[in-house]
Amino acid sequence: MRKTVTVDARMKYIDEYRNKDLILAASDELKRISKKEITLMEVCGGHTMAIHRFGITALLPPNIRLLSGPGCPVCVSSQHFIDTAIAYSKIPGVIIATYGDLIRVPGSETSLEKEKAKGRDIRIIYSVLDAVGMARNNKEKPVIFLGIGFETTAPATAAAIIKAKSEELDNFFVLSAHKVMPPVMKALVEEGVKINGFIAPGHVSAITGTTIYDDLPSVYNLGVVVSGFEPVDMMQAILMLTRQVESGNPKVEIQYKRAVQRNGNKTAQRLMNEVFEPKDDTWRGLGVIPVSGLKIKENFSIFDAGKYFKVEVPESSEPKGCICGMILRGMKTPVDCSMFANQCTPAEPVGACMVSGEGTCATYYRYRS
Amino acid sequence: MCLAIPAKVISVDGPVARVTIEDVEYTASLLLLEDVNPGDFVLLHAGFAIEKIDPDEAAETMRLLLEIEKNSHG
Repeated sequence: MRKTVTVDARMKYIDEYRNKDLILAASDELKRISKKEITLMEVCGGHTMAIHRFGITALLPPNIRLLSGPGCPVCVSSQHFIDTAIAYSKIPGVIIATYGDLIRVPGSETSLEKEKAKGRDIRIIYSVLDAVGMARNNKEKPVIFLGIGFETTAPATAAAIIKAKSEELDNFFVLSAHKVMPPVMKALVEEGVKINGFIAPGHVSAITGTTIYDDLPSVYNLGVVVSGFEPVDMMQAILMLTRQVESGNPKVEIQYKRAVQRNGNKTAQRLMNEVFEPKDDTWRGLGVIPVSGLKIKENFSIFDAGKYFKVEVPESSEPKGCICGMILRGMKTPVDCSMFANQCTPAEPVGACMVSGEGTCATYYRYRS
Repeated sequence: MCLAIPAKVISVDGPVARVTIEDVEYTASLLLLEDVNPGDFVLLHAGFAIEKIDPDEAAETMRLLLEIEKNSHG
């Protein structure tokens, strides 16, 4: 006698996607249909966290392998960006406004956290609009917001810059290290990482839509499934990709249909395009990737910290022995690193992949068995 | 970093909404999302509502999953 699955939710749109029966059913179905050796890359750090937190790997047949990608903004921010932010914090009177996960990233010599302990005015904010508020309330002080994040986050920075302009704030600045996903996904494949498909980022895609992935199946013969972040979502996305690989028919599909439309969020795209334009950008461990970053357009250059504040930043160097770059490229995993979990821990991180909560090393550390 | 949480809209006042997540209230900027109404669910990311959650699509996803579940007991 089959039991009936009831799917109720105390936290709507979360709890029902953590339903154990649905997860196990997807797992059974995967084991039934999966024949080929498959490697899938989850691009987004949020997915890496979900995979380990919910023990997804243990639910897959042994021939399906998951590989973490470069979708952790803190991890891929260049050493030069961190060093520049630290140099800004030393300018008298300046307020640095930043998302919390950035402050512990080791720069070449120090970190924002250490500088904050020395008395620099470095403030952790939840929303970039908090930084605009700080500028409004501290008109005599420059407020520099450290803009990191992919397409999910960049529109918020754009909206903040437009708001600052409408309020005629002349003391709000942004140091942009915002990046976009498609160029790095293609760069990894061109560099030779061997995968059959991408579990594509859900919230990046909520903004961009899925047309940005269209050439991955046609040019690179890779499947793409945009996934949500709950375990049922991820199992279903892996199932969809496995079906594509097994049938030899790679395409772009959306698992996370409740949040992602083919054309994305047009308002957010419009604001992002109004304020930012593409630039070649440096990724930690990956070097310069053409048109992978976002810089502030000339029209809004009065908000561009890089144009206004000139600081001397010494030639930067990656932490010695750290393989974060190789991990971001999918070439190594944290357990390949001799420093992992001994010299390098979340309490005393050596490299950026251990700093951010969604960094691959930090995730492996937290859920290591 | 790209974390976004489903939040229920309880009121809308110009470019700002009040939303709840597990009975805790938050403010959500609506600068990136138009046509938001009380009762909608939105994804909240760094203080911004970035997309609405489509209840029909959610139901369809759930239907497909229940189908797999049903068949797995075959």
